[in-house]
Amino acid sequence: MIQTIAFYLFAFLVIVSGVFTIASRNPVHSVLWLILAFFNGAGLMVLVGAEFIAMLLVIVYVGAVAVLFLFVVMMLDIDFAELRAGFMKNFPLGIAIALVLFAELFLGVGAYQVGGLALGTPDGTAATAPGVSNIAAIGALLYGRYLFLFETAGIILLVAMIGAIVLTHRERKDTKPQNVAKQNARRPQDATVNMRPEVGKGVEL
Amino acid sequence: MDLSASLSLIAPEILLSVSGLVLLLVAGWAGDKASRWISLAACAILAACFALTAPAVCGGAMGAGADAFGGLFVADAFAGFAKLMIYAAAGAVLLIAPPYFEQYRLMRAEFPVLVLFAVLGMNVMVSATDLMTLYIGLELNSLSSYVLASFLKTDNRSSEAGLKYFVLGALASGILLFGVSLVYGFTGTTSFAGIRGALDGHMAMGALFGITFVLAGLAFKISAVPFHMWTPDVYEGAPTPVTTFFASAPKVAAIALSARVALDAFGPQADAWRQIVVFASLASIVVGAVGAIGQSNIKRLLAYSSINNVGFILIGLAAATPEGASAMLVYLAIYVAMTVGSFVAVLMLRTEGGTHTEQIADLSGLSRTRPLLALCLAIQMFSLAGIPPLFGFWGKFVVFQAAVRADLVPLAFLGIAGSVIGAFYYIKIVKVMYFDEPADVAWKDGGKAHWALLAISTAAVSPLGYLLTIWLGSLADKAAAALFLAA
Repeated sequence: MIQTIAFYLFAFLVIVSGVFTIASRNPVHSVLWLILAFFNGAGLMVLVGAEFIAMLLVIVYVGAVAVLFLFVVMMLDIDFAELRAGFMKNFPLGIAIALVLFAELFLGVGAYQVGGLALGTPDGTAATAPGVSNIAAIGALLYGRYLFLFETAGIILLVAMIGAIVLTHRERKDTKPQNVAKQNARRPQDATVNMRPEVGKGVEL
Repeated sequence: MDLSASLSLIAPEILLSVSGLVLLLVAGWAGDKASRWISLAACAILAACFALTAPAVCGGAMGAGADAFGGLFVADAFAGFAKLMIYAAAGAVLLIAPPYFEQYRLMRAEFPVLVLFAVLGMNVMVSATDLMTLYIGLELNSLSSYVLASFLKTDNRSSEAGLKYFVLGALASGILLFGVSLVYGFTGTTSFAGIRGALDGHMAMGALFGITFVLAGLAFKISAVPFHMWTPDVYEGAPTPVTTFFASAPKVAAIALSARVALDAFGPQADAWRQIVVFASLASIVVGAVGAIGQSNIKRLLAYSSINNVGFILIGLAAATPEGASAMLVYLAIYVAMTVGSFVAVLMLRTEGGTHTEQIADLSGLSRTRPLLALCLAIQMFSLAGIPPLFGFWGKFVVFQAAVRADLVPLAFLGIAGSVIGAFYYIKIVKVMYFDEPADVAWKDGGKAHWALLAISTAAVSPLGYLLTIWLGSLADKAAAALFLAA
């Protein structure tokens, strides 16, 4: 019972926030609605027992992607009202695409009910052992069976980072950066000096 | 197989990655001033990897004893043979690169590190026995290559080469991944052994599409026609040492990878992919030969030459026999020697002003101004053309022999006809060097490392190379036997 209630709650909120993402006038509000949609999507994932994907949604999509969207939306000066002005002009095209997609969906479901393509069956070596949470299962595969690939993928990311730095970094001679060590090494006697200037004359430093 | 056995099988890869990380730290602390020393250290590491890999090649490692990480990776004689060529080519590049970049004051300490990681990626490629390993190795190699192509930041052509390579490489990766997903969908596994089992007998139409897309993606990486468009532009624009690298090591890796995918994973369906390989092979030979004729830039010409040579190597693959695979490896070994030799000779064409000339017209009369260099370059060109007393002929001979034995007589015949067309532009360079009036160019002498590399590669492709045939042939046979063990 409680699962059903939770499901309908999350599903309703996903749809509502999805609608508001499209409909809201302020793009920043759109992104905030999108974040709400992601959270509720994560809730749905927890309900079907895919807690890893739920966490991915929260950490990757909410934590990184949505915040990135937010930054982009706030930094770029896009006139969304003008973008929307084209809505009526492109309305027939949009309807046509929607119809095509709907027809594909219909065909796909029909074909599935007739009996799918003869695809191969997985060899079962990567199947989850019963009673293991899927985070533990993914972790065991990633750090066990696929350790070699996982580590090599890490090196790919390192190479991408080196590449980005090598291609864009250039030595600049005209900047004056702060040198903390030099600052800390400076003693009072180097910096201050006692003077006894005569009356009416300035200080010669 | 337990972890420690797997780790001992990937000792060269571990050495490469750990030393790459250490050298990266050294590069960070010591700065660009140390780049020459870091390059030499990277060369020493490649030599150590060579020593670590050589026993597997000489001993003909194969079968379950060479499998690491539960069938993701294999360190057999075939992979070892390819790795030895990769180390040799990468080492040569590390020797010739620092003087070139120093002229432009753009030698950076990260260059040797990127080369090491590219070599690591290539090692993973040639050892891949799983579609996931294949893709990861390919991406590691490609990402390093994109950066290397645009390493000469102040040169627009270099940036253009890097961008073109990146965009088209990403497209090729997409095509390859699409094929991989189809193959996985219709066979239910990503391991080559599993795909082999699933493709035995009747094959679904979707799997055929998958094979085609995978081969198309790989054809891009080996720059076989019709996926060769990027090659001349990238080879011309990239800094010459990097072009030397592209034309040798990654090509060896991609060809070895294609051979393993075709003969191991798709082995039971050889009749299905043979027509693709035959088409790519003939088209590469013809386009490589005809496209090179009008070129005035020697790097572009060598790019077409590499397309042409890939065509001949694919003839060995089309045979789909152990003999064909062995012939491919022999051809590859000779091809690496010839390519490195030709590019080193091109690098030595420095004028007094310090600029590198790339125009064929500037070579005129080189036999009188730089007789020794002209002689070496002429030997390389004759060898690339496959003129008999030189070693380049032997590579073509074994490939055609394998094709004839596999009842592909028309293919061998057309290949020979194509090599006659190709001979024209190689010999044209010799003609320009020996029979034209000397151009008004003041040459600067090349470095010691350049002369040493040129001497080694010229000796290898000269008739002296025939002393190696028995030794090279037996190693290649062992390697091919390891590849065909599953069949």
